[in-house]
Amino acid sequence: MNVAIVKYNAGNIGSVENAVRRLGLEPMVTDDVEKIQKADRVIFPGQGEAHSAMAYLKAHQLDEVIVNLKQPVLGICIGMQLLCRHSEEHDTDCLGVFDVDVKRFQPRVHEDKVPQMGWNTIEDTKTDLFKGFEKPEFVYFIHSFYVPKCDWTIATTDYTLPYSSALHKDNFFATQFHPEKSGKWGERILKNFIELTIDS
Amino acid sequence: MLAKRIIPCLDIKDGQTVKGTNFVNLRQAGDPIELGKLYSEQGADELVYLDITASHEGRKTFTELVKRIALEINIPFTVGGGINELKDVERLLNAGADKVSINSAALRRPELIDEIVKNFGSQVCVVAIDAKCENDTVHENGDPRIDGDWRCYVNGGRVPTEYKLFDWAKEVNERGAGEILFTSMNHDGVKNGFADAALRKLADTLTIPVIASGGAGCKEHFRDTFINGHSDAALAASVFHFGEIPIPELKQYLASEGVNVRL
Repeated sequence: MNVAIVKYNAGNIGSVENAVRRLGLEPMVTDDVEKIQKADRVIFPGQGEAHSAMAYLKAHQLDEVIVNLKQPVLGICIGMQLLCRHSEEHDTDCLGVFDVDVKRFQPRVHEDKVPQMGWNTIEDTKTDLFKGFEKPEFVYFIHSFYVPKCDWTIATTDYTLPYSSALHKDNFFATQFHPEKSGKWGERILKNFIELTIDS
Repeated sequence: MLAKRIIPCLDIKDGQTVKGTNFVNLRQAGDPIELGKLYSEQGADELVYLDITASHEGRKTFTELVKRIALEINIPFTVGGGINELKDVERLLNAGADKVSINSAALRRPELIDEIVKNFGSQVCVVAIDAKCENDTVHENGDPRIDGDWRCYVNGGRVPTEYKLFDWAKEVNERGAGEILFTSMNHDGVKNGFADAALRKLADTLTIPVIASGGAGCKEHFRDTFINGHSDAALAASVFHFGEIPIPELKQYLASEGVNVRL
């Protein structure tokens, strides 16, 4: 199993690399187009800011490469947001795999702090990415922007409002939370991603 | 709903976990990675690793240990101690830390907060504040040292500064830090509860999460800081290291008291 982790100007990539290693695999962290295209699984991770991330992807021709991948792809956090159409974060046009726009959280009360930082539950989980999830489980989030519920939602979380904490379309999967930092349930999601088949 | 977090803090000296009482008198409490894994399996929500001697001795932090922690631990962890400049932050983040905690360096040069936020984002920047209430009016309800004059200290609580707690916390918030870790030096090591009145004032005025630190002695203290102190997270060391409060038992108790925790 050949796992490529897309290397770009986003933080937190080493954490994903370590998490894949804990599953007994040796991932490649690379921005090499050919290596990414040939990998069995591609993880598009990150923690960062949408506008500079998109600029970097375009400068390295990774934008075209990512949207045309046919193997299972997992976007994480900013990786998920970049797979959407547009982000309110610095009014950024994104990759457009998921035809939905990324919004900023609007706090309703003082307790609604932005970013959302910490453990929250995912509910209504669908697809084999969440195989083994029988009730809402806690996973780890850090984000200020969110994807509204839409046709591609495969998990929802409630923070100021119910929103998409995971998306799926064709071979593209994405999580707003960080499975690499989400304890045993996060590990299960990564394992499920490695083991899933696109037709599932 | 976002869960209240339980954060064991591992104070590290020479690669081993230690815990002081009122910032002095250290005693051993285990291997940092084994202990971290154990806490993670027991349901700790995050871990904090503090290189406690670094700031005092001007020693650089423990990058190699951080790399090993990052390989083994599958929950977020913060590192602190001896972070003086941006390149210290960069080195620790590259080693795999999720967040860095800065303390003395921020008080000496507050612009460091802005630099961290600009380069790495708010979410990695935890500002730790050690403060001591210097005119300790004991209130009727027994919760000591509430509204007094809280002074911030540097160098592990050894050196007083001109900064006042609430002013400094507000500035830290405005400069874009992601979280505040407040340790009451009056409460730390005393095991008589967290500084809940001061914590509540912080939590209710700031727009970023507040982590309570210093004073945990029993399960009820955690409930109190979440419910009365409005803390977003609670940090403790010795009560966990010496098994006085097992984390699974603590979380079950908090859930039964109506606190939203990750089970």
